[in-house]
Amino acid sequence: MIARLFKFHGGVHPPEHKLDSSAAPIAAVPVPPRLVLPLRQHVGKVAKPLVAVGDHVLKGQLLASADGAISAAVHAPTSGRVAAIGEQLIPHASGLPDVCITLEADGEDHWINRAVIDYRTPPRGEVMAHLRGSGVVGLGGAAFPTHVKLRTDPAHPVHTLIINGAECEPYITCDDRLMRERAAEIVRGAEIMQFLLGAQRCLVGIEDNKPEAAAAMRAACAVSGAGIEVVTVPTLYPSGGAKQLIYLLTGREVPSGKLPNEIGVQCFNVGTAYSVARCIDRGEPVISRIVTVAGNVARPGNYEVLLGTPLTALLQAAGGAGADTDGYLMGGPMMGFRLPAVAVPVVKGANCIIATTPRMFPPPPPPMPCIRCARCVDVCPVNLQPQELYWFARSNNFEKAREYHLFDCIECGCCSYVCPSHIPLVQYYRYAKSEIIAQDRAKQAADLARERNEFRLARMEREKQERAAKHAQRAGGAKTEAGADEAKKAAIAAAMERAKAQQAAVTPKNTENLPPAVQAEIAAIDARRAKAAQEVSQEQEP
Amino acid sequence: MATPLQTSPYLADAPAVNVIMLKVLLALLPGIAAYVWVYGGAVLVGLTLASLTALLAEAVMLRLRDRPLRPFLCDGSALVTAWLLALALPPLAPWWLIVVGTLFAIVVGKQLFGGLGYNPFNPAMVGYAVLLISFPVHMTQWPPPLALAQPPLDFTGQLAYIFQRTLPPGVTVDAVSSATPLDYLKTQLRLEQTLSEIRQAPVFGVLGGRGFELVALAYLLGGLYLLQQRIITWHVPVAFLGVLAAITGLSHLWQPQQFAGPTFHLFSGAAMLCAFFIATDPISGPTTPLGKLIFAAGIGVLTWVIRVYGGYPDGVAFAVLLLNMCVPLIDAHTQPRVFGHRK
Repeated sequence: MIARLFKFHGGVHPPEHKLDSSAAPIAAVPVPPRLVLPLRQHVGKVAKPLVAVGDHVLKGQLLASADGAISAAVHAPTSGRVAAIGEQLIPHASGLPDVCITLEADGEDHWINRAVIDYRTPPRGEVMAHLRGSGVVGLGGAAFPTHVKLRTDPAHPVHTLIINGAECEPYITCDDRLMRERAAEIVRGAEIMQFLLGAQRCLVGIEDNKPEAAAAMRAACAVSGAGIEVVTVPTLYPSGGAKQLIYLLTGREVPSGKLPNEIGVQCFNVGTAYSVARCIDRGEPVISRIVTVAGNVARPGNYEVLLGTPLTALLQAAGGAGADTDGYLMGGPMMGFRLPAVAVPVVKGANCIIATTPRMFPPPPPPMPCIRCARCVDVCPVNLQPQELYWFARSNNFEKAREYHLFDCIECGCCSYVCPSHIPLVQYYRYAKSEIIAQDRAKQAADLARERNEFRLARMEREKQERAAKHAQRAGGAKTEAGADEAKKAAIAAAMERAKAQQAAVTPKNTENLPPAVQAEIAAIDARRAKAAQEVSQEQEP
Repeated sequence: MATPLQTSPYLADAPAVNVIMLKVLLALLPGIAAYVWVYGGAVLVGLTLASLTALLAEAVMLRLRDRPLRPFLCDGSALVTAWLLALALPPLAPWWLIVVGTLFAIVVGKQLFGGLGYNPFNPAMVGYAVLLISFPVHMTQWPPPLALAQPPLDFTGQLAYIFQRTLPPGVTVDAVSSATPLDYLKTQLRLEQTLSEIRQAPVFGVLGGRGFELVALAYLLGGLYLLQQRIITWHVPVAFLGVLAAITGLSHLWQPQQFAGPTFHLFSGAAMLCAFFIATDPISGPTTPLGKLIFAAGIGVLTWVIRVYGGYPDGVAFAVLLLNMCVPLIDAHTQPRVFGHRK
């Protein structure tokens, strides 16, 4: 069957810069003397450390276990001694430190016992626990725990599994090399995931600028005989975005704010499929990954690196960065971020490190006013109106921004890429999103506080009434059951009345800040109103 | 706004604002060349006057508004406004008319609203409308094409006429004032003439007005260049010309002696200039694809209505301004479906 492609709206063609790093085979980086392993290399809760400082650990040993539903385990990438557990700088856009385990390698690289598991026979739960315990996360960059996405939901059975080999960002070639060199294991991983999801169909999407990778994958699929289909898609950024690739291959849109499994599709990166295969077939947890090192380095290429390896060691393996290097990007130039320092470790989400020079990525010229040229509208893959969102974000008109679907923005950067006024549009959207989220949180907190206060007032009132009723009962001595009941009812009614009055008194009238004269006037008006209401009710009564 | 720390994307590939404006100016050159060919060098005098006035007005206003001069004087937008206005004015318009129109366009139409990117109305059309209302006599006094003037006014004569309003001896007022085809058509139709009779007059050419149809063709050429360069999208020209052609075609079929056909309307007056250079102004136009179609179709309808039933021979300026007013409404109601949403 030849798959029909469904073109998504917009997209851009940034210069690819892939040939520099895609030519050489994947090279191994030697085990560094010290490794730093952040306990949160994934989306979700930080992993719970299981080792203490001074412990000797083996390669592949669990250092920290997944905590809660959305979390991922962390393992020792080599054998050695736990030197420290504490905050260290991590590769994150915020530049903030996070809890890390520092491991001193003993040079033995001694493996732990690896449990190979047959994913077809044991109960599903065991396989999922195995994946969860192996720290498998999405290796495309987002690092979302894979076992969560492999859970089947009876309400939304997955019929199509999509393996994402699009790799649409410039410079990045780690998936390309992985597919060329280790296609069989990727296909094996895809088979396993297809089985676990119970998907009828499995498609591999690869951009047509990677013919060697597509050929290798086709060959591997033919060998496996599992009916996995390789589909080449036109090279167009951001075809590697999960929602974009799903639409490209299936013609189905993931509804806004929903997950792909709601339309029966699940999407994984090729690197993730590879680590699933390693995890199931060889019992190896995720302790290394392929990283593209590109830009201003002597030997750009792809390197298999142990997680926790300092970036400096990786750069050394790539022949060192040029003298005019002014910084490092993690991820691609469209969606990646500038690393806060070179002293950070390689983590699961690190698909690419680019050594930058001012010449490669010149700072943008000062922004000009938006001329409403609508180029951003033409390239937005989500079909948003980026120029409207820009106006709303700029004027702090967050309600309008939300109304114009700000939260559907995938921050792919196409709009900024084509803006003739050089407006940092995505930055405005990030600002607006974080402001809205902060406002929502503040509002939730305020609502909760108000509810609590109202509940407290009601409770205090009730307790007062109960006490009063008890006193009355004791004072009254022997009374009939019915009488007591009646008294209780009356007391409750009175309490409710008083609570209401108190509530009304508490309700603000927004008059506190007015001058006394105005307040007096308002009070007079209120009094007149009350009198009029009384007169009306008196007129109605007879 | 200064951005202390750049975040992704770190790549950019877009023609800067001034490159876009420069290409618009470039696209006007064929039209200007044809204009000079048909009406003489006076056209260039008008363009120069308007350009200088626009740049000066822009500079003074930027200084008054405490805005940086360099980026905004170099963005080219003032020149685009100046050229569009100058090309819409009669070629022998007095110098002060050009200056007043350009001043109004830049100072009131553009800078008082906030300068580049903030003007809700097309500044050139603001200037044009002000002139048309304030100085109707000067604004409707069009010279005949050089080929039709007997004897034609030479360049020095044109200069003298523009700056001093004097004519060389032996040259009659016919050399500087004649009815434009749109004008002629309107007055003659009111005199109960049939279209076939009217079209016998020498002011008519093959497509539109004699001579001026060349200019319109050259604008079309420049417009195609803008399309090819992706400075403009197809929506506005296609919708505007399409609607104008459809209305004129139908009315012409219905009453061939009362209503001029599509070719005449498309190649007369400012239709071509409007289709590719005026209605395509991004700042005062809508941004959604459907919005652009509605906007341009509206201009097409109004242009025809004003031309046929209104008090002015051409209707482009008022049609554009009226539709400029509707842009926020059009945009708000033509939001395309966002990916992953039902509507």
